[in-house]
Amino acid sequence: MAELRTETMTVNMGPQHPSTHGVLRLVLELDGELIQSATPTIGYLHTGIEKTAEQKKWQQVIPLVERMDYLGAQSNSLAYALCVEKLLGLEMPQRVRDIRVLIAELQRLSSHLIWLGTHSMEIGAVSMLFYAIRERELLLNINELLAGFRFFPSYIRIGGLREDLPRGFHEAVNAFLSRFPKKIDEYEGLLTKNDIYLRRTEGVGVVSQEDALAWGLVGPIARAAGSDYDVRKYFPYTGYETYDFDVPRATEGDVFARYRVRMQEMRESVKICLQAIERITPSGAWACDDTRVVPPPKDKVYTEMEALIQHFLIYSQGFTVPAGDAYVPVEGPRGEHGTYVVSDGTNRPWRVKMRAPSLMAIQALPTLVEGGLIADVVAVIGSNDVVMGDCDR
Amino acid sequence: MDTPGIIDVLSPLVSGAAYEAGTSVDTATIYVPVDRLVETCIALRDTPSLRFNVLIEVTAADYLPRDPRFEVVYHLLSVSGRHRLRLKVRVAEAAYVPTVQTVWPSAGWLEREVWDMFGIVFDGHPDLRRLLMPEDWEGHPQRKDFPVQIQKAVQTYQPLEISQAEFEANLVRDRVKRTQ
Repeated sequence: MAELRTETMTVNMGPQHPSTHGVLRLVLELDGELIQSATPTIGYLHTGIEKTAEQKKWQQVIPLVERMDYLGAQSNSLAYALCVEKLLGLEMPQRVRDIRVLIAELQRLSSHLIWLGTHSMEIGAVSMLFYAIRERELLLNINELLAGFRFFPSYIRIGGLREDLPRGFHEAVNAFLSRFPKKIDEYEGLLTKNDIYLRRTEGVGVVSQEDALAWGLVGPIARAAGSDYDVRKYFPYTGYETYDFDVPRATEGDVFARYRVRMQEMRESVKICLQAIERITPSGAWACDDTRVVPPPKDKVYTEMEALIQHFLIYSQGFTVPAGDAYVPVEGPRGEHGTYVVSDGTNRPWRVKMRAPSLMAIQALPTLVEGGLIADVVAVIGSNDVVMGDCDR
Repeated sequence: MDTPGIIDVLSPLVSGAAYEAGTSVDTATIYVPVDRLVETCIALRDTPSLRFNVLIEVTAADYLPRDPRFEVVYHLLSVSGRHRLRLKVRVAEAAYVPTVQTVWPSAGWLEREVWDMFGIVFDGHPDLRRLLMPEDWEGHPQRKDFPVQIQKAVQTYQPLEISQAEFEANLVRDRVKRTQ
């Protein structure tokens, strides 16, 4: 019998593919169903946020950076605000720190819910998306209550918060926190022992701890491979050292391990939220008392000349930040979100750079999928939890 | 570890490298001479007392009109030692920086992004293409002398109501702006 002619097939996956979480393009070279090579192409969502930020005043950058990682919006703005506050040398009151912790953890829950819904939908468990979005709706309602904006509240500001907590905030958060743990049980009941889900995820997209760290995948991906690195424990910020919580870990490093780590992270986030909402008093300080950055209270603006001048200075010229540079990492939903800020001593930033965990996750994607099946690409992208807005900025 | 401590550990390991301590409000900062960068990075990764096993970030800043113009900034993390380090390399306009991809594989795309945005060439990089901007883009957008707003002709699929004279005048006007 004559030799059969064989050749590899090149498949273009994306940029408009429902499971690429936005606009990621993968050029796959296939030998039958096996992947010989994968080449990611990114940049379709590049909007020049870092260049735009250099034209804005310090406070005006907050809404911009929130639009980078649009699922973990407030962990971007938290990193940026902490970074500028470090350059300014500001210390926040305890209540502000607790509210920021609460907001960061609610944001993590909201991001993990979207991850859970989309990831499991892509590998066949379609109904999970509706359950996950049902709970996320409550979190978006809390955002709306806070700032009138559901996705990008811009509630965390340099120097504190935008304003005091609204009426009914504690009730809304407590209602969510009492409802949510039972819902996590419900999600796990649908997936954790589901035979189809296990077969799609166990032993797929394995990455070792050394590789995960060498590729810069610090965050849930490295923790699913055995690392215990969590910025909240290693370099505590905004008062995380006073909270009691565990860092979930797994050792397998596959898609299923990343699933278990993120599910456990949601339970730990609920634990932190319960401690935070217990500490936050219904009213109190919502910004620091530095008059350079925080505008005076409205009753003084209407009655005192000095306060009126200060108010107009802050809203027209902005404030200046001492020259220098700083890098502040926070533990975002996808891993280490960091902000590197350079100031030249004026009222606008000289350089703003966000460290993008999604960029690292996509860079390492070929090492995770090569040699595997084409159907597993979708599972691996989903489990890496990439957000293209974060990747392309 | 603080900046002088790291320099004390590092200096005997890399021959002929003069390190300069940088000022910072957060982590230790070291200026590294560009010709000793790779040796320094290998020493930082492999020395047991340092063990910077994660390259967190590579970025740059354009300090126009200062000379040398750029600073390439590396953020390192040691998971076992629980400390961070910022390396800085001063780079002039047309100079080269050696790639550190052989030390940390994650440098690949980060250095591509720096090349894309600042036009800093990483010597020895196997795949130095644009990362975020389109392949046919001209210039490097994060440079301080790159314009913030670029005027390009509007693409539209409806016939424009415009006279031939206006059309030609627009062409001339656009050409002048583009060459400015």
